[in-house]
Amino acid sequence: MATPVTRPTTSTSPYLICAAAWAVPGAGHIWLGRGQKGFALLGILTVMFALGLWIEGRLFPFEFADPLVGLAALANVGIGLPYVVAKALGAGVGRAVAASYEYGNTFVIVAGLLNMLAVLDAFDIAQGRK
Amino acid sequence: MTSHLGLMLVFAALVSAAFAVLSREEVREQALFALRLFGAFIGAAYVLGWLLYPLPL
Repeated sequence: MATPVTRPTTSTSPYLICAAAWAVPGAGHIWLGRGQKGFALLGILTVMFALGLWIEGRLFPFEFADPLVGLAALANVGIGLPYVVAKALGAGVGRAVAASYEYGNTFVIVAGLLNMLAVLDAFDIAQGRK
Repeated sequence: MTSHLGLMLVFAALVSAAFAVLSREEVREQALFALRLFGAFIGAAYVLGWLLYPLPL
């Protein structure tokens, strides 16, 4: 008969960990003692976001009259503080005629979506599910 | 950097690494999974590219 596996949980609120994980990519995993995963996510997602901006990707405005633009804006925000910093620096204007414009958009959007996935993963770890 | 192939390779590498880190625990498992996923990304891109080649897009 198999014995149930007990996984350690944290006393910190999982929602606080999720907030940290959203704000700084990988911070949730680092907080939960998974430093290797956390620092890897920090590097990968930050590089992906910065590269997307560098190759002239755009940070989309919250205009839900065009649903795809609004959804792209939500995905952009998923990366957390790097989004705030980029906005503050005036980055992410996007140049639609650039050859790499669509690639840039894809990099920036996917970086945000992957960070949302990392937030969910951190939540599962905090709940003792992983 | 405007090479479509180069950007696709960088994108595939970064997404593969992120998925591998999230879905595997051990570093060795992560590396193997990332390599397999990267190969699948590139293979799928080539197959789709050739399938779309005859279409008048």
